[in-house]
Amino acid sequence: MHNPQLAANGQLTHLLTLEGLPAPVITHILDSATPFVSFGERDVKKVPLLRGKAVFNLFFENSTRTRTTFEIAAKRLSADVINLNIGASSTAKGESVLDTIDNLTAMDADIFVVRHSESGAAHLIASHLNATGRSHVHVVNAGDGRHQHPTQGLLDLYTIRHYKKAFTALSVAVVGDVLHSRVARSLISGLTTLGTPDVRVVGPQTLIPTAVESLGVRVCHDMREGVAGCDVVVMLRLQNERMKGALLPSTGEYFQYYGLTPDKLALAKPDAIVMHPGPMNRGVEIDSAVADGARAVILPQVTFGIAVRMAVMSLIAGNG
Amino acid sequence: MKTAILGATLVDPAAGTEHGADLYVADGRIAAVGTAPKDWNADATIDASGLTVMPGLVDLAVRLDEPGAPLDDTPGREVDACVAGGVTRVACPPDTDPPLDEPGLVAMVRQRAMLQGRVHVHPVGALTRGLAGADLTEMRELAEAGCVAFSQADHPLVDTQVLWRALQYATTFDLPVWLRPQDPWLGKGGVAHDGEVATRLGLAGVPVVAETVAVATIVALMRITGARVHLCRLSSAEGVALVRAAKAEGLPLTADVASHALHLSDIDIGWFDTRVRVTPPLRATRDRAALRAAVRDGTLDAICSDHTPVGADAKQVPFAEATPGASGVELLLSLALKWADDERIALPAALAAVTTGPARVLGVAPPTLAIGAPADLCVFDRAAWWRVDPDALASRGHSTPFAGLELPGRVVATLAAGTAVFRR
Repeated sequence: MHNPQLAANGQLTHLLTLEGLPAPVITHILDSATPFVSFGERDVKKVPLLRGKAVFNLFFENSTRTRTTFEIAAKRLSADVINLNIGASSTAKGESVLDTIDNLTAMDADIFVVRHSESGAAHLIASHLNATGRSHVHVVNAGDGRHQHPTQGLLDLYTIRHYKKAFTALSVAVVGDVLHSRVARSLISGLTTLGTPDVRVVGPQTLIPTAVESLGVRVCHDMREGVAGCDVVVMLRLQNERMKGALLPSTGEYFQYYGLTPDKLALAKPDAIVMHPGPMNRGVEIDSAVADGARAVILPQVTFGIAVRMAVMSLIAGNG
Repeated sequence: MKTAILGATLVDPAAGTEHGADLYVADGRIAAVGTAPKDWNADATIDASGLTVMPGLVDLAVRLDEPGAPLDDTPGREVDACVAGGVTRVACPPDTDPPLDEPGLVAMVRQRAMLQGRVHVHPVGALTRGLAGADLTEMRELAEAGCVAFSQADHPLVDTQVLWRALQYATTFDLPVWLRPQDPWLGKGGVAHDGEVATRLGLAGVPVVAETVAVATIVALMRITGARVHLCRLSSAEGVALVRAAKAEGLPLTADVASHALHLSDIDIGWFDTRVRVTPPLRATRDRAALRAAVRDGTLDAICSDHTPVGADAKQVPFAEATPGASGVELLLSLALKWADDERIALPAALAAVTTGPARVLGVAPPTLAIGAPADLCVFDRAAWWRVDPDALASRGHSTPFAGLELPGRVVATLAAGTAVFRR
């Protein structure tokens, strides 16, 4: 089966994963985002690229923040935006995901922005649309289980490129709960595709997935070794439900060994940047002194995120 | 009823032979091989020139949906699937709805099978009530009702003390226990082999150690109880190595593998293909190689289809939510032949894994083409290739990971006690 996110001619039809996405496609998306970055500062924050198009934010799993950034991006492109909090409606009544999709397609949706708690949900929907001759309806994966969160990966790449330029000379450390992280998988896919020679994943063995080296990364269980000499440190969010139990004993011990503190950051390159996909747990994975420090680029990430999502939606479904 | 089958190549795994000869069937049994018996008058003649005849296949895991078939379904659809696959003898796992934990249910399954009259059906009884893993079933009475063995199907026993007691109790009455080795804790929540593919796709993994820990536990309990155990659906190279060692030690252990596990690996999940969601999960290619070698050297006694009809709706969901299983009994012969061709194994030796091997596990007489043997036969076209069209399967379930693939060997006819119960 060919990659379901690409049309037969190689055009991007859906954005489901950064894995297998050709480097020129990724670069083109990043390039296309640049003009949108300064957009928010304008008096009129709208372009007509998605005028007359309907964007359905389909959140089978709640996420106010991600939904909001997609909503802002779609509105700035002049699309009509419909927010559906499916977690609390249809599936609770027993309707299948694909029945929901068929119903909403009948309401003339153009783009589905999909967030789901199961890995592969966005692929399922895109494959269903492709198989039923509706590939003009586009799917943007806004996070599927622990699989991928490609727009987050793209905004992370955009941020790194903004501050660091060439990917082929970078050392990047991804720290924390890699096992459950779709953010980590997307970023790793993007970084390796763009030729980043040194990607490290850092965490205790319980939070590092089996055979993760096959993704093109190096495993460090010692955070000091993991961040040493890095250009970029990406901290992952630790979900509340992982903070105790069999994966980790306590947030205190986690912070001591894997939390990003000024002394650990001092081991990275002097101009290293610190990223976080948000929302942050201060004092769990990151010290406030770092989060609010000069090297944190966490808020620019959010701004770039809107530009990147505008670029993605305009590229897959834009008017001309 | 007298039937002459003329011009075929006869493959007899029990005798280890493959040769061209005519076969004469009378009164449900093989009456002669080569030359017709005296005063022979055939009621029917089958021209089988260019075709191959073998004893009907024996499949250790076929879910007949009995009890539990959807109400709107035609009775006997899964039996149709069996005979379309040349299978004339099956064992049915107890994970039916409700589970086979009462003699009345077992009697009903056997009664319905007898009414169908096409396939020998051997129910495997539940080891614990409702397969819940707490209370033993009335194994002795269930055996009287027709259960050949006792099993938890795909519901591993959590409590090892219950497992120990179950093995002790079964062994008291010399009843075999069939277990699928998977530690319920280590495999908890897993939907795919814990390896590169699951890591890439973000799927929860079932590690190999879930199988090896379970095999090691079972083998240790066999030593102190003397239990006869059959291990179902081995999936890993390390699991196979433990089985090999236990057999070398002289323990009364047998084991099988699912036919799909000889041909597919976790890579075939592709982009979340739910047809490839099976239990146990398909593992890495090195495991597949070890499983293929283990059938060849006899470490694994049987290839079974692990036939599980799953409706389309139950597969049109995200991977982890999909119901595991695939329809396979109609593909069993072809998948065994494909393995034999790939590994360059002669037919009599290869087909033992779907005839004499599983018959030995069941404790029934070895299927053979010898004079006097029951004429349960599979007639197939060795040279034919066919494309798997899921919608053309007789089974209620049309989900198979082999959809669209071309497979060797096509069943042309199936005979039960000398009567054609299937013809293509």
